Amino acid sequence: MPGFRCQPGVSGRHRAGTGGSVDLSPVDYVIETNGLGKRYGRRWALAGCTLTVPAGQVIGLVGPNGAGKTTLLELAAGLRRPTAGTIMVCGRVGFVAQDAPVYPGLSVATHLRMGQALNDRWDAALARRHVLDAGLDPRQRAGRLSGGQRAQLALALAIAKRPGLLILDEPVANLDPLARRQFLDSVARAVAASGDGVTAIFSSHLVADVERTCGYLILLAASQLRLAGPVDALLARSPHGTSLDDLVVSCLREAAR
Amino acid sequence: MIWFAWRQARVPVAAGLVVAAAVAVVAVTAGRADGSVRLWLSIVVVVVPGLLGVFWGAPLVADELQAGTFRLAWTQDVSRVRWLALRLAVPGLASMAVAGLVSWIVTWWAGPLDRMGLDQFGSFDSRDIVPVGYAAFAFALGVLAGGLTRRTVPAMAATLVGFTAVRVAFRLLIRPHLLSPVTSVVPLDPATTGYGSGGLWPFIPGPSIQPAPPDLPNAWITSISVVSRGGSGLTNSELARMCPGVHHGSGGGPATAGGAGNMPVPQSAASAWHACVARVATTYHEVVTYQPASRYWPLQWYELGLFLVAALLLAGACAWRVRRIG
Repeated sequence: MPGFRCQPGVSGRHRAGTGGSVDLSPVDYVIETNGLGKRYGRRWALAGCTLTVPAGQVIGLVGPNGAGKTTLLELAAGLRRPTAGTIMVCGRVGFVAQDAPVYPGLSVATHLRMGQALNDRWDAALARRHVLDAGLDPRQRAGRLSGGQRAQLALALAIAKRPGLLILDEPVANLDPLARRQFLDSVARAVAASGDGVTAIFSSHLVADVERTCGYLILLAASQLRLAGPVDALLARSPHGTSLDDLVVSCLREAAR
Repeated sequence: MIWFAWRQARVPVAAGLVVAAAVAVVAVTAGRADGSVRLWLSIVVVVVPGLLGVFWGAPLVADELQAGTFRLAWTQDVSRVRWLALRLAVPGLASMAVAGLVSWIVTWWAGPLDRMGLDQFGSFDSRDIVPVGYAAFAFALGVLAGGLTRRTVPAMAATLVGFTAVRVAFRLLIRPHLLSPVTSVVPLDPATTGYGSGGLWPFIPGPSIQPAPPDLPNAWITSISVVSRGGSGLTNSELARMCPGVHHGSGGGPATAGGAGNMPVPQSAASAWHACVARVATTYHEVVTYQPASRYWPLQWYELGLFLVAALLLAGACAWRVRRIG
């Protein structure tokens, strides 16, 4: 079993290092960015982002819509290449994209089979168990799943890879409150069950989603990194009685000024 | 891996086999007496590769980009290029197989008619092996169009337009020059030479003297011209100078006074034209360029090869494009 390997994401004009993989064992971070920026046309979706994301935590990425959360996560997942700066990602990435895209014509079981075919490491038993625990019928066509069920299928595909880093992009944005709670709980359970130091990072525009599950917070606003740190430390630095929500709102107010 | 390659392609492959089977049924049940069946089957062979490019090639990557499922597909352990290769292999080969099968059925069915027709180059595009190359090309073109437009419907439209343009341009500009044509110089025969406007009026007014094509069964005559010993073509004014008085009228066949298919002409007009052509023939002759009948198979292989190479280059461009998206 290879150790975690740290490798640059899809490299852009600014290549990270020599492009080869670097063994870093033990790993103390899962994502390291340096002056990372991404431009779409003339608009910078993310600019000057220098960040180190520690390993072994559940990390919340918060910010208003259009702040650059999806861009940062897709850069980390290798779906996008940086316009500026570098990003290093350690370990294999399990990625649940926004709105949990799946193939509508393929059944749940076929999706799992596909995950097995397209991945070097695959825990078929885990995938199957997760799908059944979530109440999905393996024969069901994915196009007929509800939003919450689709998110569970996408999560099953992501965790069965046994990733070192689990990235979830707005996984609960379109779910009703019950499905939202169930999904976040199953993420927490999956992280706890994996036991071998998996790091999970998920984004939301609601602080409440993050507060319950995350020990580490990253705040983006208007394409800029505003705040990053352990929730405890961030709160300890603030005046007594400040909630995480208050902290985020005051940061966003400051950013808007 | 093989399972994945096959799984996402099995529906279109089945549809393609149904199309081929339908063509076979039509061919077997329809008699060879009805000339329109031959025409329609030829059209099917010409159209099938383009349709395969439009309906199999264009949506292949465009659907993923449009629906967002590329974010699922491209975050697995296999690289994007590997993924593309897996997605391309089965439908790419299947499109070649379907086009080849349809062409083979039609070639078999139309064989007796084609042998009687003595015009093998007239159905060059819709017989034998070239449709296989067209299908590979159209499919790869469709995939690339999908990667570039990122939208299925525009990709389908671009594939149709692009494929048609390439086929027409190849037919008009490249195929006649793949093998340098044979040139044959024959004297002008007053008995078979007609009178007409010639060329593509009004764009290219050709000579008003129309020699009959030489009797070259199954050859592909690419040009017929009337040229002087000095190498210059016969102009209208030159013709008018040599034959004053004949340069009026609306054209017609050889002045054979009532030959099959020709308007009967008065004996006086016929002999005047006869004399005119005989006069022109003293300084001008007929130059015919053509591909002999024996070049049919070399040209089939040559064209197949070129389209297959182009398809491979397009597939390479698809890989380049898929790597760059992001």
